[in-house]
Amino acid sequence: MAFVELAGVCHAYGGAGTPLAVENLDIAVEKGEFAAVVGPSGCGKSTLMKLATGLQFPQAGTVTVDGERVSRPVSLAGMAFQAPTLLPWRTTIDNVLLPLEIVRPHRSRIRRSRAAYRERAEELLAQVGLEGAGEKYPWELSGGMQMRASLCRALIHAPQLLMLDEPFGALDAFTREELWCVIRDLHRTTGVTIILVTHDLREAVFLADRVVVLTSRPGRVLEERRIDLPRPRELDVTFTPQFQTIVHEMRDHIIKARG
Amino acid sequence: MRHSTITWAAPTAFTLFSLLLWEAAVKLFNIPPFFLPPPTAIAEAFVRFGPAIASESLYTLITTLIGFAMAVVFGLGLGLLVGASRTIYAGLYPLMIGFNAVPKVAVVPILVLWFGIGGVPAVLTAFLISFFPIVVNVATGLATTEPELEDVLKVLGASRLDVMRKVGIPRALPYFFGSLKIAITLAFVGSVISESIASNHGIGNLMLQAQAQFQVPLIFAGLVALAVEGIVMYALMAWVEKRMTGWAHRGGHAA
Repeated sequence: MAFVELAGVCHAYGGAGTPLAVENLDIAVEKGEFAAVVGPSGCGKSTLMKLATGLQFPQAGTVTVDGERVSRPVSLAGMAFQAPTLLPWRTTIDNVLLPLEIVRPHRSRIRRSRAAYRERAEELLAQVGLEGAGEKYPWELSGGMQMRASLCRALIHAPQLLMLDEPFGALDAFTREELWCVIRDLHRTTGVTIILVTHDLREAVFLADRVVVLTSRPGRVLEERRIDLPRPRELDVTFTPQFQTIVHEMRDHIIKARG
Repeated sequence: MRHSTITWAAPTAFTLFSLLLWEAAVKLFNIPPFFLPPPTAIAEAFVRFGPAIASESLYTLITTLIGFAMAVVFGLGLGLLVGASRTIYAGLYPLMIGFNAVPKVAVVPILVLWFGIGGVPAVLTAFLISFFPIVVNVATGLATTEPELEDVLKVLGASRLDVMRKVGIPRALPYFFGSLKIAITLAFVGSVISESIASNHGIGNLMLQAQAQFQVPLIFAGLVALAVEGIVMYALMAWVEKRMTGWAHRGGHAA
């Protein structure tokens, strides 16, 4: 069985009878896989995030994570969003440590062994290129750096599933590509399963093992495509004909589907 | 000129200039002192009635501060409650707006009926008039918690209380401390209203008596005393705000 599996999932926010946000969604993500979900705005990408993490439960169909049907928040998941949502009254490192003050079993331990946890947070910050920025406040960091810190916060409790909701949407092109590489490296070194929700096809193709394209509301799977570009991928790969063919083909498909 | 010099020199100069203008206008247009006393006459009243003004000011200050303290405790508690629960918010909000719309001067007779003439109605009026901005601000601060951040924490198994403790309450603090500045000024309004209607003490009562005896400079001296108290308390609250929530003023754009 896949690590994350949505089978025949229908969901509407307003309860039964209201327009569906997603319809008959079948998505399976293997352990350690990097999956990207692409679609126009309002295709239910954020709904997918909430369903897979147990913040919402589907009206029909089942969501399974790690062999267990989701019936409560999935604490083995970490999340990051387009807005870094760092707390301005905490230093960067304290922001990164925040999840450990919540999640079991760390919440009962963090008071006693804060030093050990801080060390771990500093390692993580170094991994994303934020060495020594731990004592700074979020507003002293650039947008890209805030996003890196937000990724660290999502990863501090060593989640097995990382859910990313358009994490690079608000960044400039260069910073975005830098962060693609950060995510790529984090995926390689931690082996975490990643589901990236985005509307950027290039981003999806560069990062993911598999790209799932959703239709506009109600979201359904329009196309699924395995990306066989060899890893590790460097940014140069985005300029190869092979890469561009994949992006073009998928783009054509999406445009056709929209009519 | 250095910035810090401007911050104290400019207000001082403006205040002195206004006083001079006032004095000159009274002299120039021959305004009788029982209509508008010049600043010098008010200063004279201060010297003559110094002890009375001082003790009545202190009385008003204490009355105000007790009412204000009650408003802080009650306002903070109710604000947290209203901000934490959508149901309580929906249920209580119209009621509170209605309550706030009632001019507090109209409540004083009822308070007198219940508690008699004196300090208690003044304390209660100060309390009633100043708790509303605290409630609204605390509730707003809580309600502006980003839903994404709530999701991040809820996935980890955070309870409502966890979200409040880690995010909601710290986020509401700048709103809370900001509201104290408004609340303390309003508290003075409340206590003085009540004192001038139904009390034997306080600046409000002093001014009422001065009016009855036609001691116009003393009325104005009372006003000045109130203004000074108001400014001092406001400055104190502003200082507390800055001390407690410096992060909110250093970089508002983050998060």
